[in-house]
Amino acid sequence: MTTDVHATAATARSTSQRKPEDVLADDVVRVLSPDGTLIGEDPGLTDEEVVLLYRAMLRTRLVDERAVLLQRQGRIGFHIGSLGEEATVLGTAFALRESDWMFPCYREFGGALFRGMPLQRYFDNLFGNANDVAKGRQMPDHWSYRDKRLGSVSSPIGTQMTQAMGVAWAAKLRGDPLVAIVYFGDGATSSNEFHNALNFAGVYRTANVFVCRNNGWAISVPTERQTASDTFAQKGVAYGVPGVRCDGNDVFAVVRATRAAVARAAAGEGPTLIEALTYRLSGHSTSDDPSRYRPEAEVDPWQALDPLRRLRLFLQDRIGWSDADQARIEAEVQEELKRVIDVAEKTSAPPLTSLFDDVYADLPWHLREQQEELALGPRAPKGH
Amino acid sequence: MAQMNMVQAINDALRLEMKRDDRVVLLGEDVGKVGGVFRVTAGLYDEFGEDRVIDTPLSEGGIIGAAIGMSIYGLRPVPEIQFSDFIFPAYDQIVSELAKYRYRSGGEYPCPMVIRTPVGGGIRGGHYHSQSPEAQFIHVAGLKVVCPATPADAKGLLLSSIRDNDPILFFEPKRVYRAAKGEVPEGDYTVPIGQAKIVRPGEQVTVVAYGAMLYEALDAANKAAGQGIDCEVIDLRTLWPLDIDTVIGSVKKTGRVVVVHEAPRSCGLASEIVTLINEKAFLHLEAPPKRVTGFDTPFPYTLENEYLPLSHRIVPAIVETARY
Repeated sequence: MTTDVHATAATARSTSQRKPEDVLADDVVRVLSPDGTLIGEDPGLTDEEVVLLYRAMLRTRLVDERAVLLQRQGRIGFHIGSLGEEATVLGTAFALRESDWMFPCYREFGGALFRGMPLQRYFDNLFGNANDVAKGRQMPDHWSYRDKRLGSVSSPIGTQMTQAMGVAWAAKLRGDPLVAIVYFGDGATSSNEFHNALNFAGVYRTANVFVCRNNGWAISVPTERQTASDTFAQKGVAYGVPGVRCDGNDVFAVVRATRAAVARAAAGEGPTLIEALTYRLSGHSTSDDPSRYRPEAEVDPWQALDPLRRLRLFLQDRIGWSDADQARIEAEVQEELKRVIDVAEKTSAPPLTSLFDDVYADLPWHLREQQEELALGPRAPKGH
Repeated sequence: MAQMNMVQAINDALRLEMKRDDRVVLLGEDVGKVGGVFRVTAGLYDEFGEDRVIDTPLSEGGIIGAAIGMSIYGLRPVPEIQFSDFIFPAYDQIVSELAKYRYRSGGEYPCPMVIRTPVGGGIRGGHYHSQSPEAQFIHVAGLKVVCPATPADAKGLLLSSIRDNDPILFFEPKRVYRAAKGEVPEGDYTVPIGQAKIVRPGEQVTVVAYGAMLYEALDAANKAAGQGIDCEVIDLRTLWPLDIDTVIGSVKKTGRVVVVHEAPRSCGLASEIVTLINEKAFLHLEAPPKRVTGFDTPFPYTLENEYLPLSHRIVPAIVETARY
């Protein structure tokens, strides 16, 4: 019984009020139980679509694990991932249409890859090499991809929310029926921009889908320190924006909630705030040591609620997904990873002159002077 | 040519560009029906409708964040911040996002927009309707900063700014919004960004100013002429990127320089200008460069004319520099 898994998890010691049994509340959209059985209205995906989603989630997990490894080996400087949150990231991306815009927070590389960002491009960004779109100017996991209408990742919290609202507003002013989805964590609901974005979106009825990945943590600060509200979804009420909660570890529930929100927005009915109840299995990033604030025992029950595990169990039951199928995909992804990492690592660093490009459309005199100064001056010691 | 004040000239530029380019949208607090608290956008709401002249909720961060999204989508937003004193809730969006968008996306997302905002004192506005925060934007890589002093320049520079491909802070000196009158060419013309103007040629002392203080600098130059001192007055017009050639060319000629601005002194634009002069024209200097500026205090209400670097403070600085 699904509820047993949640109930067992609930008895474990927890320092956070984000508890596994939160998803059992009546208002939470649920479709797939932790053991892979259908308990809610099926979004009606074909077998091929489910396999596509599962493959994307698995690929995201494997990319994540490899990126952490590369950081631990000192081959890249940093990684921030989505371990445990793959159903939220991929389910929302899956529910979008090609024409829609996606504004990432910084854990959504899986969604970007799903929307067509080449894996090579992603790893070029992780290595900050000459082929990196950001030309090594940003930390790893801070990419952009205009071709696929993927925004540009930045580190400040919440800023992308208001911008995504502006994109949807501009599209509305131009009569273009597209939707802008934007991601943020539970911590971002405390930011100015959460208020700005939801408030403007409510007033102008913009075609936005606001996705709160409630993963229980903002670095070391648990959810209950972000708000005294019962839920984050209910904050939408104050802005005239409907809020819905879904089991963020249940990809079918995420697809269902997002599809409904996209359809609403596309029909001109305005924005929706989705609170996806998930859990950050890793630290905040490779720079974080969660053992300083979170006992390992708290994480254990969440392993049983792993979004990949339950979709795999579903596939086993639905189409007889086998260990061999699993191994085949893992091998494909590992092969792909080996290839792109090899290329990314061998690609040179961005040229010195690139430091001054793109500050402005054209190079002004003071940057030209500084560019010449850098070129003629002594070089920094190697190694970073 | 028509006689206009600066409010009318800016309004003329906005109307002209909105007719020419349907991507241009105005947004801000009270810019619509009422036409802005200074009436700069008067009549545009009736002419272009509520989808292009947009009254927004009262949140500067929301206005600029929205404008960034609009710019990314391909519009040419011209957001207004009602007073530059109120721009700081939007500072995160401007500094962390707007200024860095092109750079951090390797050119994928240039983010052109013009943030119009009244600047400076002289209207008895106290702390929060008088400040001059331009240096706080010059210090941020990726922004251009413009501050016209005359109606004709205001129109020509605004048209250039809206057509520019970089984000621009367009500071409008509200002390002379209506006091500055002049001939403004009709129709379309531009004043290039990055070009200062020598508004009073002279041989003995260079006086650099901009915005409302240009008029004080000119007044001081006339008074100094009465004492036999021939000043050259430069109106910067674009604060950043600075027209370094015009400034250095003048200082190499005169060997003496006074830089004037309302903003507080320490780390103000005058500090940068004096440093550049020291770096590029040190051996031409006949006297230490001088700054005549606002003080390093919050902007005062009752004593505002003591705070501002008006002509009565500029004249002695010119004389001292000339007689050094």
